[in-house]
Amino acid sequence: MTQQASNETHTNPVLPFLREDRMPHIWCPGCGIGTTVNCFARALTESALDLDNVVIVSGIGCTGRVAGYVKLDSFHTTHGRGIAFATGVKLGNPNLKVVVYSGDGDLMAIGGNHFIHAARRNMDITVICVNNLTYAMTGGQVGPTTPEPAVATTAPYGAFEHPFNLPFLADSCGAVYVARWTAYHVRQTAKAMKEALLKKGFSFIEIIAPCPTLYQRRNKLGDGLAAMQYYKESSVVKTGADTRDVGIGFQSEIVCGKFVDRERPTWLEGYNNRNTTAIGARYRPYPWQD
Amino acid sequence: MKADPAGVLTGRHYLDGNHACCEGALAAGCRFAAGYPITPSTEVVERIARRFPHVGGVFIQMEDEVASSITLQGAVWTGKKAMTVTSGPGLSLMMEHVGLAAMMETPCVFVDVQRGGPSTGLPTLPGQADMMQVRWGSHGDYEIIALCPASPQECFDMTIDAFNLAETYRVPVFFMMDECVGHMTERVDIPPADQIEVVARRYTTKPPGEYLPYEVGENMVPDMTKAGDGHRFHVTGLTHDERGYPVISAAAQEQNVTRIVDKIRKQANKIIRYEEDQVDGADVVLVSYGITYRVAQRGIEMARAKGVKVGSFRLVVAWPFPEDRIRELAGKTKALVMPEMNLGQMYFEMERCARGQCRTVLLPHAGGTVHNPEVIYRAIMEAAQ
Repeated sequence: MTQQASNETHTNPVLPFLREDRMPHIWCPGCGIGTTVNCFARALTESALDLDNVVIVSGIGCTGRVAGYVKLDSFHTTHGRGIAFATGVKLGNPNLKVVVYSGDGDLMAIGGNHFIHAARRNMDITVICVNNLTYAMTGGQVGPTTPEPAVATTAPYGAFEHPFNLPFLADSCGAVYVARWTAYHVRQTAKAMKEALLKKGFSFIEIIAPCPTLYQRRNKLGDGLAAMQYYKESSVVKTGADTRDVGIGFQSEIVCGKFVDRERPTWLEGYNNRNTTAIGARYRPYPWQD
Repeated sequence: MKADPAGVLTGRHYLDGNHACCEGALAAGCRFAAGYPITPSTEVVERIARRFPHVGGVFIQMEDEVASSITLQGAVWTGKKAMTVTSGPGLSLMMEHVGLAAMMETPCVFVDVQRGGPSTGLPTLPGQADMMQVRWGSHGDYEIIALCPASPQECFDMTIDAFNLAETYRVPVFFMMDECVGHMTERVDIPPADQIEVVARRYTTKPPGEYLPYEVGENMVPDMTKAGDGHRFHVTGLTHDERGYPVISAAAQEQNVTRIVDKIRKQANKIIRYEEDQVDGADVVLVSYGITYRVAQRGIEMARAKGVKVGSFRLVVAWPFPEDRIRELAGKTKALVMPEMNLGQMYFEMERCARGQCRTVLLPHAGGTVHNPEVIYRAIMEAAQ
């Protein structure tokens, strides 16, 4: 480092994307959510989108707080309903880029119905799911992605339900872009987020991230750093992998990569195409350009 | 401002209440609807699905009512006027987002074509048993507005009122139809667009950086903005401050919740609407709303034919309730009689407001059909003794 460089003032490159007046955030030391937000900021920069036209919607939970910290038009909605709210935003103004940023419990348990239908419709939104394998905000309960036999407050003798394989779920419902990374893979995560933001249609990214306070500690898995070591050692990149084969077990191998990247008409394209076919030239495609 | 002519089907029509409600929404400027099929309301969204593509609107049939009731709110925050349509069982599922709309102050309209309940109840038959649910159904303290149309013409006219009230006060507004009003067919006159008053959304004039989403504006109601306007605003269902930022404290709760309640309670007199007929000097005042108001007219006529002085008081707006006027009437009459198609809902509000000054009589009906006018007549005669 030269003498000159060390005298310069550097601004954290993520800072312009954050609501500084809301800092400090609520996330615990070692939590992976903040890492994903850094990746998101980088993806926004690299995507060159006009940030006035990017909307972020969250549900409830630790990841659900992302919408409150990011300096975009942002909506912190109800538990599990972020995708349904985002559907209204997208259809209300199709010129907006709409991102749903939430956790595994929010999106996949209480919000599961909205998730599968938005994917089926190919609603033109990006869904980012930070999967920390537990309900963290409420104190570490078992969730739809908790692997067997991890311990949780409501599964004190270990989880025994079969967890969701999220990429497979998204793929089978019709998502046009599906990727999974971990909080260790920051460059790959940022790249995937950029690709998803620029992809037309329902794009889905799962990011496996540590909850050191509740999941790691209760399962005697060490701290956030130990989780990074696990992700580093146990992740296998398999781009284009069959999503049926990417389920996650307790401290098992984590298959990462981009699994799906395909084209399908979006809901709005379908709406306009169908109405044009049925109604003919009298139909003016939505949104009306005056 | 005046209605957008694109949505106004000017002319004389023969429509049922459900179809008229759709036309009212179009005239009011509604260009987004999210719904889920449910008897006896489905015709409203069926007509919307057919009509909206011709006027630059979007209808989406969602996966359930939980979704429809929040999808419409997403559209509102992009500048759309939006509504959803349902009946009792769907309304129960929507309660989560009635609270969200109250808390985020999202102007929106919920049409409820009431049927008999509870649970699946009587899908094809009428009831008026959702009156308390719309007032109290979501958790926490909040206020809403509820309108009770009694004819297809009113389903048109008052749907416009519902949107205008939603925009004026930024609350969810409930349009309390019932199976009878929804499915009865009558003449509906739709005026030219330039004769229809429509309340435009009041947007902030502040530049980005200065706008606070919940800074109290005119009439205790904050100015709105919409996504994409550069304000980079934040809104939440959590208790929040003027910036829209969550604040988890008793002080913030006091300020936030008191204001969303007071903006209606303290301006209730501007919202309350009722119709009176011959209440001055009446021995008995028959209080009713919705389809029951029309049925009651026959009972009132029969009693008047016997020389009884009967007044009629109709709740056009059920919530906020005309507390002061009911109290006045209770001081001047022998009895207030209320038939309603439930086992006692608005009646208890009336009884509370009467404060023991006169007899109050409930004519309950579990739903499934309207009251027999004979029953109303006999109740009036008995109350007049």
